[in-house]
Amino acid sequence: MRLITVAGPPSSGKTSVIIKAVEALQGEGVKVGVIKFDCLSTGDQALYERRGISAKTGLSGNLCPDHFFVSNIQECLQWGEQSGFDLLVSESAGLCNRCAPHIKDVCAVCVIDNLSGVETPRKIGPMLKMADIVVVTKGDIVSQAEREVFSYRVRQVNPGAVIINVNGLTGQGGYELGRLLSAAQETVSLTGRLLRFSMPAALCSYCLGQRKIGSDYQMGNVRKMDFT
Amino acid sequence: MTTGHDTVPYSAMSAGELLRKHPYAEDFFTSLGLALPPAEESVGAYFGRLTSEVLEDLGVERRELVERFSAFMALVVSLREKRTGPAIDSITIQGGVDKSGAAEEFVLTVAPGEVVSIVGPTGSGKSRFLADIEWMAQGDTPTRRRVLINGSVPDPSRRFSLEHKLVAQLSQNMNFVMDLSVEEFIAMHAESRMVNDVAGITRTIIEKANELAGEGFLPQTPVTALSGGQSRALMIADTSCLSTSPIVLIDEIENAGIDRKKAVRTLVDEHKIVLMATHDPILALMGDRRLVFKNGGVRAIIATTPAERATMAAFEELDARLTAVRNALRNGERIDCV
Repeated sequence: MRLITVAGPPSSGKTSVIIKAVEALQGEGVKVGVIKFDCLSTGDQALYERRGISAKTGLSGNLCPDHFFVSNIQECLQWGEQSGFDLLVSESAGLCNRCAPHIKDVCAVCVIDNLSGVETPRKIGPMLKMADIVVVTKGDIVSQAEREVFSYRVRQVNPGAVIINVNGLTGQGGYELGRLLSAAQETVSLTGRLLRFSMPAALCSYCLGQRKIGSDYQMGNVRKMDFT
Repeated sequence: MTTGHDTVPYSAMSAGELLRKHPYAEDFFTSLGLALPPAEESVGAYFGRLTSEVLEDLGVERRELVERFSAFMALVVSLREKRTGPAIDSITIQGGVDKSGAAEEFVLTVAPGEVVSIVGPTGSGKSRFLADIEWMAQGDTPTRRRVLINGSVPDPSRRFSLEHKLVAQLSQNMNFVMDLSVEEFIAMHAESRMVNDVAGITRTIIEKANELAGEGFLPQTPVTALSGGQSRALMIADTSCLSTSPIVLIDEIENAGIDRKKAVRTLVDEHKIVLMATHDPILALMGDRRLVFKNGGVRAIIATTPAERATMAAFEELDARLTAVRNALRNGERIDCV
């Protein structure tokens, strides 16, 4: 089975892009499953199922969503194997732009949209910089010049990635993305595999439930801004 | 990674020499929020002494930083070369099958400076046709079409290269979303295309756009404040001068605020292949040929006849009359005597 990790900022069009690519693959007889990782609630499982795509939801609740992802991805792979999928897609939102679900030797996709502005590629961390495929969405509503500048800015921070434009509404590019995904490497097991980048260390009193503000209440990994 | 003529890798060159030879290398550092290396130090040595805290903040590992820098320099060099690189003489599309699997049986070869119109109802396969060209399909899309460049199968690596994109698109739904003036906006695009004379080309584009637009605008005008016609005029002038894509797809051009014929001519003069999805008779008749789409396939290719071209004068007259009425309305005049 092939595993694909898809990540991207909220509302960048991840679900629509996955649906378009998966529909193209299903048309060719490929069996695909999707795992949606989210924080609070999501209706995306129903969106997938309505199109005949098997889906599961993982809600991280009050845990860091990417840490929750790593703790569960091995079991997700087992579910995919047992379900007899040819391809398993994990979808997660990069909330702090700092974590990334991307795993070494597992095809990594980042979805990012033209409307987010040309400075955005510089602001997104490993999720974009370490992706193998960068999908750019919402290209149908901005000018050609903005699309070109945006692609160039993505290229600046990730010169090695394949950049592909996909329209989540019309599906243009979805077929082509499907071809790229079906050429990904097979993943048999994830035990012992490495994340492409370490997740940030953030163990401070606030991680443990502290709500009071003030130096007296700050413990653990605390970093202060420089105002000098 | 080498510099081409000599064999010193970019990362071993002193930063001063590197930036003198390749000013755009600076973008690599600014995009990561890094200060430029001192002029006498090599980029490799500079990366070597970045602290692990800085690397962690960047979200990359040291070894990877060097690889990324090399890949970025390769991109810079290829973008610059493309501006003087080998030209495209022709693009050929070989027919495949329509939605029912029936063979299309056509071979269409288009050369720079040609205008081809695309007609057919919604859902008839126009978008898929464009996607086939953009993907440089080799029988590997649902239509099984094939695309040749200069008569031969293109190198597969062209599919994803930034500098070799075949199609630039302009449609009525597209808007400027950046909060910049016209001048800043065009300069930003020119910089991303690594143009030498950014100020010069920016001036040229703004002049051209003003020739196309009914109402003029200034270099200081915010792009988001442009009217529909002015926006389209700027997009066309910008694409004709800065885009490296040999094909420009136009999905209709608004009826007001832009000289449509002149707009298409601007692209033709820059040796673009213009594909126009339009049901506007004046635009459609500007095409040398028109592709008729039905059921996901090309049903016919009609060459525009001299007789058809002759009717254009009548359509232009109608168009001029409507424009006059529109202007009269805008100026608060009565329209009972137009």
